[in-house]
Amino acid sequence: MDTWEVTFEDHNRQSAGNGNTNNSRVNVGRIERVASAVGGGALVGYALTNRTKTGIALGLLGAGLLYRGTTGQCEAYRSLGINTAKDEPSEDVARDVHIEKSVTISSTPKELFRIWRDFENLPRFMEDLESVTKLDETRSHWVANAPGGKRVEWDAEIYNEKENEMIAWRSLPGADVTNAGSVHFEESPGHGTYVKVVLNYNPPGGKAASLLAKLFGKEPGQLVENNLRRLKQLVETCEIPTTEGQPSGRQQETDAAGERKQNKLASKTPVGNLARAAREGAA
Amino acid sequence: MRAVCWEGKYDVRVETVPDPEILNPRDAIIQVTSTAICGSDLHLYDGYMPTMEKGDILGHEFMGHVVDVGSAITNLRIGDRVLVPFTIACGRCFFCLRGLWSACDNSNPNWQVAESLLGHSPSGLFGYSHMMGGYAGGQAEYVRVPFADVGAHKIPENLPDEKVLFLTDIFPTGYMAAENCNIQRGDTVAVWGCGPVGQFAIKSAYLLGAGRVIAIDDNEDRLSMAAQEGKAETLNFGDQDIFDKLKFMTGGIGPDSCIDAVGLEAHGTSIDALYDRAKAALYMATDRPHALRQAITACRKGGTVSVPGVYGAFLDKFPFGVAFQKGLTFKMGQTHVHKYIQPLLELIELGQIDPSFVITHRLSLEDAADGYQTFKQQADHCIKVIMKPGMPSARSNGNGNGRAH
Repeated sequence: MDTWEVTFEDHNRQSAGNGNTNNSRVNVGRIERVASAVGGGALVGYALTNRTKTGIALGLLGAGLLYRGTTGQCEAYRSLGINTAKDEPSEDVARDVHIEKSVTISSTPKELFRIWRDFENLPRFMEDLESVTKLDETRSHWVANAPGGKRVEWDAEIYNEKENEMIAWRSLPGADVTNAGSVHFEESPGHGTYVKVVLNYNPPGGKAASLLAKLFGKEPGQLVENNLRRLKQLVETCEIPTTEGQPSGRQQETDAAGERKQNKLASKTPVGNLARAAREGAA
Repeated sequence: MRAVCWEGKYDVRVETVPDPEILNPRDAIIQVTSTAICGSDLHLYDGYMPTMEKGDILGHEFMGHVVDVGSAITNLRIGDRVLVPFTIACGRCFFCLRGLWSACDNSNPNWQVAESLLGHSPSGLFGYSHMMGGYAGGQAEYVRVPFADVGAHKIPENLPDEKVLFLTDIFPTGYMAAENCNIQRGDTVAVWGCGPVGQFAIKSAYLLGAGRVIAIDDNEDRLSMAAQEGKAETLNFGDQDIFDKLKFMTGGIGPDSCIDAVGLEAHGTSIDALYDRAKAALYMATDRPHALRQAITACRKGGTVSVPGVYGAFLDKFPFGVAFQKGLTFKMGQTHVHKYIQPLLELIELGQIDPSFVITHRLSLEDAADGYQTFKQQADHCIKVIMKPGMPSARSNGNGNGRAH
């Protein structure tokens, strides 16, 4: 319960624009930590190949820096009362990836709010979500498919909502992917409802992983856009248009076995039966 | 089932493929009784349209009987005789609700591809590239029709296929082209391209009050159809300078509106036409807008240029300054077929128009490859080819000729 409240605090400060630290022993800032780790590593490496007195001295210094870099703790800073990490958000705040997308849907804010507020509806149009299970009025358990076939899970809570206007949620501590999101519904006269989604998350593997994903064409913004379009399709047309499973001349090429694929299909499907019946009737 | 598949440039084949199945609740399956080759199919045949894949089933003008319906379909029954618009539309989005059916926001499953190329995605189309949805087309024995509750239009049994088939595309397309001209009584309308869409644009322009229609082409068969059936004055662009001639014919004013019923593969003999051809051959441009340039240049000041002809993506040497200085209005786009079927069906029932006049060739679906070739080459006086599944192939009985008369 304690940690839960700490996260709550952090989140508020973060969204107010002055991020704060947790009360851990970390007192070295992020950039400084990376520099320390890299510099320290280099010095240790140097010491391992040059076992002279200077080399060993530098190696010891390097080991200190390496410790400082990897743990984020510095005894010298502590005794001097310096903390360069205090203005940085804690690990439990979603901040690495920020996405904003919108869509206009021919429906009312009230109806769309109702659909979204029941989080168990979300997997119907969010392709990457496997399931969302309601735990109580504000908390839910989410299971999603991450890139590379990995399954990620988290608990989330609704921490802010305004009926028919907006819902804001965020993951609780212990999430595989720390994330927070909000959806906003605004009537757009003559057009339906303007729906905006804001999503923040820390991808597994950090920023580097999300950059890599972008390089390979898996832009997370695209996924959100896709999901919003699917919501629109579902709400407006009651289905998601597809061509998956339709015939083409490509199917016969893959049928090397000799038996025509359409014959198998025809015997199984009502269409095939109807079609055959119609043909026989005509003959 | 048997279906006409695109296998590459100048290569269509009739192949045996699986029967279509219901994939969504608002689907229906139609058994095709008649289907046609459209002028815009030739853009695919000629390899001008991007995102085609080998094996794609072609065809977007078709009609037939309902043989199966999805769980959400309540207004169609098995056995109903229906026409299917070539544009696929959901009937419920912002655009459909405003009658802009071909701008439907929901019917293109590949909307991202279209958006990346065009900025916004048009509606899905039957058998017209993956950018336009990748839907299997209707030059086949059976077709799956998505959103069939709004996309399959019931028609009375007493009208033969040939009279109503063209309500699926070319008649509404020609009609919308004329309607887009905002014709005032007595107006002069010039029509580039006397293929089937041009023929319907000519007739529609008169139906909408034009005083004079001038038809432009270089194919004598088409020009004579425009003159005889359409009562148009005709100009062969091979013989004369069209701009000068139109200016002369209109006493210096120019036509009140100009219709480009040619689209992205205009032929021509002038310098810019040759330039277009060279550039398209080198893949530096997708379209050859020769007819459109001429329409813009010839149109009177403050007039309207209406474009039913299909364009793919990028035009080169587009005389925008001419259009600006003359204050032209442009109207264009894929036809909002859904909204025209009922009113135009009534014109047919009233006997004001019989769309079957454009048909020159009636073939078996099995002879589709010949049909495409004949239509492409404008051989054998070909203007419009319709095909019937189940009709005996002309090849197998040694006739080799599906000519109508």
